[in-house]
Amino acid sequence: MALSREQMAKRVASELKDGFYVNLGIGIPTLVANYVPDDISVMLQSENGLLGMGAFPTEEEIDADMINAGKQTVTARTGASIVDSAESFAMIRGGHIDLTVLGAFEVDVQGNIASWMVPGKLVKGMGGAMDLVAGADNIIVTMTHASKTGESKLLSKCNLPLTGAGCIKRVLTDLAYLEIENGTFILKERAPGVSVEEIAEKTGGPLIVPDHVPEMAV
Amino acid sequence: MAGFDKRVSSYEEALEGLADGMTILAGGFGLCGIPENLIAEIKRRGNRDLTVVSNNCGVDGFGLGLLLEDRQISRMIASYVGENKLFEQQLLNGELEVELTPQGNLAERVRAGGAGIPAFFTATGYGTQVAEGKEVREFDGRNYVLEQAITGDIAIVKGWKADTYGNVIYRHTAKNFNPLMATAGKITVVEVEEIVEAGTLDPAEIHTPGIYVDRLICGTFEKRIEQRTIRA
Repeated sequence: MALSREQMAKRVASELKDGFYVNLGIGIPTLVANYVPDDISVMLQSENGLLGMGAFPTEEEIDADMINAGKQTVTARTGASIVDSAESFAMIRGGHIDLTVLGAFEVDVQGNIASWMVPGKLVKGMGGAMDLVAGADNIIVTMTHASKTGESKLLSKCNLPLTGAGCIKRVLTDLAYLEIENGTFILKERAPGVSVEEIAEKTGGPLIVPDHVPEMAV
Repeated sequence: MAGFDKRVSSYEEALEGLADGMTILAGGFGLCGIPENLIAEIKRRGNRDLTVVSNNCGVDGFGLGLLLEDRQISRMIASYVGENKLFEQQLLNGELEVELTPQGNLAERVRAGGAGIPAFFTATGYGTQVAEGKEVREFDGRNYVLEQAITGDIAIVKGWKADTYGNVIYRHTAKNFNPLMATAGKITVVEVEEIVEAGTLDPAEIHTPGIYVDRLICGTFEKRIEQRTIRA
């Protein structure tokens, strides 16, 4: 069975390490915060300038001056700091973020990512996505393996305008966990009950399938 | 003798000299930390053909969205827009020109502008539409794009507290782009919630030193929340 959004978040959360500074994008990446293992501590960075994002506030705690990059009201956790936008992106640009998780429309075997515009549709902007993909070394992309109409989002070459070139090495889809190396996808894990054949069929770019592809623990 | 006293007595005075065709740098992220009274004053003044540099463009009926109502903005430099229908409409009609800039580049371009650095190289946007027509240079085996600094005729900034000398402190994430915009305006106007006597604030706690501030005014703020989210 394909992974649910929650299962995908849980799988990504298993990549977290104690003491990590992490930036989570909108959508499935945001859910990762719900699955941080109890025995580790991570600091979430929100690129509007909050390092150490806490839980949503209670009704009494709501403060218009305290929001995250999704413009939601939030709180600051113990040990948090607040900086201006240039400083916030200096953390990102300077490679200080340990793990970045973000969604995408397409990823290709050159490590290119398309996530911000669909020609013909209204373009709202890239926000901080281009800075995040260019600045981070350790990025996990989360997305469904194929579109609703069945077209693969893992391609030889992205069709949509890029968010970043040659910056993605790891992708978690609802069907598989894959890595990108030397111009090919490498199948590392499959979702429980999903066959290698199904993954291969739904992957639009070159794919290396090792002899043994373990099922993910989710 | 006013000396270092940056206070002005009205919003009219705060924006004196703002003319058609000027570039305005506006602090704020979404609706958080926006100079809401200064924006309202720009609407009242009716200046047109403005270029506005701001991460976002407010919402319909509030923040920078107000300036769309009378078509006062002709060009916008931002990282994320389109939370407002009017913006979308004017963009599609060709009444409004938009330069979309990655958020970190926007921040750094303004920071550079205020710091007297004309341009800088960054990996952000390399290989994308954003880099088209821009110089690319390789450093240590990686490609970087040359991005130019941004400055403006007037910066409008929202602070929390200031002293009479224009030393400003921001509150929580309402800081965002405000300290950057404050450095890059030929004239920088700051509105705050409270003005205290010079000498009251701890010098080490100042976010924007008064050297960047030309005019200071105290206002009252609605502080509208865009995404009210609470935990159960």
